[in-house]
Amino acid sequence: MNTIKNSFQEILRYPSAIVGAVMIMLLLVISAYAMITIPYQKAITLWRGGEEVWYRNPKLTPPAWLNWFSNKKLPLSFVINPGEGNYSKVVTTQSDGSSLITLTYSFDYASDGFPQDMLLYFKTKYAAKQPFVSITWKTPDGRQMRVGDLRLKSDTTYRFSQDSTLKSRLGGKDPQVVLFEAPHATADVPIKGTYHVVVSGVAWESDSDIDAEFVFQGQLYGLAGTDIYRRDLMVALLWGTPVALAFGLIASVGTLFLTMLFSAIGAWYGGWVDGLIQRITEVNLVLPFLSILVMVGTFYSRSIWVILGATVALSIFTGQIKAFRATFLQIKEATYIEAARAYGASDTRLILLYLSPRMIPTLIPGLVSNVPAFVFLEASLAVLGLGDPTLPTWGKVINDAFANGALYKGQYYWILEPAVLLMITGLAFALLGFALDRVFNPRLREA
Amino acid sequence: MTAETQPQTPPGKKSPGNRTLLRVVRYTLTRIVILFLTVVVGIFLTIMIANMGGYVDKIMRADIRERITAQFMNDPSVRSMTPDERRNLLNERIGLEEQRVGLNTPFIVRAATFLWDALRLDLGQAINMTSDGGSRQVRLILLERLPATLLLMGTSQLGLFFVSLFLALTLSRQYGSIWDKLVIALSPTSSAPGWFYGIFLILIFAALIPVLPFGGVVASPPPSNHFEYLLSILKHLILPASSLILSGFFLSIYTWRTFFLIYSSEDYVEMAKAKGLNARNIERRYILRPTLPNIVTNFALTLIGVWGGATITETVFLWRGLGLTLYTAIGQYDTPVIVGDTIIYAYLLAITVFILDLVYVLIDPRVKVG
Repeated sequence: MNTIKNSFQEILRYPSAIVGAVMIMLLLVISAYAMITIPYQKAITLWRGGEEVWYRNPKLTPPAWLNWFSNKKLPLSFVINPGEGNYSKVVTTQSDGSSLITLTYSFDYASDGFPQDMLLYFKTKYAAKQPFVSITWKTPDGRQMRVGDLRLKSDTTYRFSQDSTLKSRLGGKDPQVVLFEAPHATADVPIKGTYHVVVSGVAWESDSDIDAEFVFQGQLYGLAGTDIYRRDLMVALLWGTPVALAFGLIASVGTLFLTMLFSAIGAWYGGWVDGLIQRITEVNLVLPFLSILVMVGTFYSRSIWVILGATVALSIFTGQIKAFRATFLQIKEATYIEAARAYGASDTRLILLYLSPRMIPTLIPGLVSNVPAFVFLEASLAVLGLGDPTLPTWGKVINDAFANGALYKGQYYWILEPAVLLMITGLAFALLGFALDRVFNPRLREA
Repeated sequence: MTAETQPQTPPGKKSPGNRTLLRVVRYTLTRIVILFLTVVVGIFLTIMIANMGGYVDKIMRADIRERITAQFMNDPSVRSMTPDERRNLLNERIGLEEQRVGLNTPFIVRAATFLWDALRLDLGQAINMTSDGGSRQVRLILLERLPATLLLMGTSQLGLFFVSLFLALTLSRQYGSIWDKLVIALSPTSSAPGWFYGIFLILIFAALIPVLPFGGVVASPPPSNHFEYLLSILKHLILPASSLILSGFFLSIYTWRTFFLIYSSEDYVEMAKAKGLNARNIERRYILRPTLPNIVTNFALTLIGVWGGATITETVFLWRGLGLTLYTAIGQYDTPVIVGDTIIYAYLLAITVFILDLVYVLIDPRVKVG
């Protein structure tokens, strides 16, 4: 007990250990937050849902915090619907059963750029006769512009940027730009102030109704931005944390303990058991680790658990087993082992309760400093296209970004966000592991 | 390992030339035989893993079907038959050929045949991929990509080795200096693999400051002039090689510096200092010489670890080597190429281990065949 306390006090003397431990704690907090706020099923739907989950998000937009570093403030994305934003609906029913419906969406606009697109998603109820709407745009300086008229089906999407009649009416320029500019503007500067989108419609039947959601797709989105499929990267960044930590920790602990167990068995029994373990180690040395994992991934399963199992299995018989074996051969001769043997302890008991525990202190630094390698291995496999098919992970974000040429097209945030998180995770465990190594293996300290 | 270490003998003592030669030859031959057996077992395991899902059989069947169909098409006697007759005859011939090749024989016999083919890299046809020469033979595809991988690995690993060795020696002389502390502080950065640094290098030197190419082995179209061709390859080599070097840099300096520090406190070094030998001599003959085996082991072990990591570095830089081939094969689900790539990596690893053994026996007089 005292030695543990001493070691702990000694660890505190290394600032790198404290930094590493704090970073690991932070990652654990993020993991807990991710798993609580976005439950597993919801994360999967958000990540793999398809168009109907992501339609509101703009495509390939950097995160919102980029505005802090730039003088030119770019517009953020937002949504106005009955649930959120400045929305009003006025219904006037007429004597013939038809009703006039006016939907107004107002928003304050203060940025220096133009949106990527604006959309209206109509949800309409009608029996036979399709309702009809006309869309009007009101600028802060009091101008009114007719945007378009359309007949609605039960689901209609109106995209400002795709309306070719509107575009030609506006002199061939993109509507989402011209609508924000002063008339005859020379520079591309939007007018700041409150804009209104007014949708006035006629529903011909007494029980028919019109509702619509206004989606403003800006040039920035959320805290992490979006990818080419309009997915919010935040989901993957948050959920990647528990996945990476779990993979790294389980692989590291599993590998080290199994290595220890096998070397203890080899050292204890000697003879052909030992020989077999030695030969397996030699064969394993020439087995190309990554290629075998690739084969497992392509031929069997890409599930992260299968890959984890294969990783551990391939990492047991490495050079480490020889180092452990040498130590066990020494411990084997200790008098307390002889005593235990004399009172008739079984082989299993000797290996598990007498030999192995002696190794544990020397194991701790390796346990921590092996984690980054496994975390990066998981990311590496994802970069090769062998990531878990369902889980959102950091490596898969990097893979998507690469496959879509993010570095060539300047979408740096897409690749840098997961890369920085990977780096923080790797660094945290490496820093702590390094300090632990110096505490537990004092020979390195004086050098 | 069959190599055993005898009790330490003082450094500098030399055995007669012909005895050394005999020792090296005997040792080398034993190691070749043992390593070859290891490779055979390793490749056999690879095939077993691949064939657990029946994929090797699938490869062979597809190969036979294609060959027989091609023969069939060129056979004028079948033209007059009805489509049904033709199909039946084709299937019958395929069945016969499968029987001839031995697909219906017991698994263990087939595994042995395939092992023999795999050892010669005779893996039949790729499903989709072709070599630059247009061949679909797995062996040709892989051998064509091999030089690029060797070039990248050779330059980066040898560069890393000599640079960090030199810096580590310099650093061990300045124990506790600010540079020493800096290297210790930065050594955790080696936990990230080469491709990870590659991303940042591409970002900085190709995207933000466009001085170096994003990827590839040579400019497109390739320069016709030999000298310019070489220059273009070198230019494309800079970023991938640097990212591999960078990922091992601080840790290997740190490791070797620690080695040197431990060895420079040995008694015989103190003795040499007391005798008044100059610092250069002590460094070369009393520190570097005895630590050489350790250094070589360390180098070879990193090399073994890096073979895998280079796969993704190649992918990130579109460096047309074995790693990129593996990546493309995964994407196209080209199983023969994946198996072949694994086997060729196994060979490379075995060769690395063998060279390690060979260098080891040359520099360490204590190693003998046990």
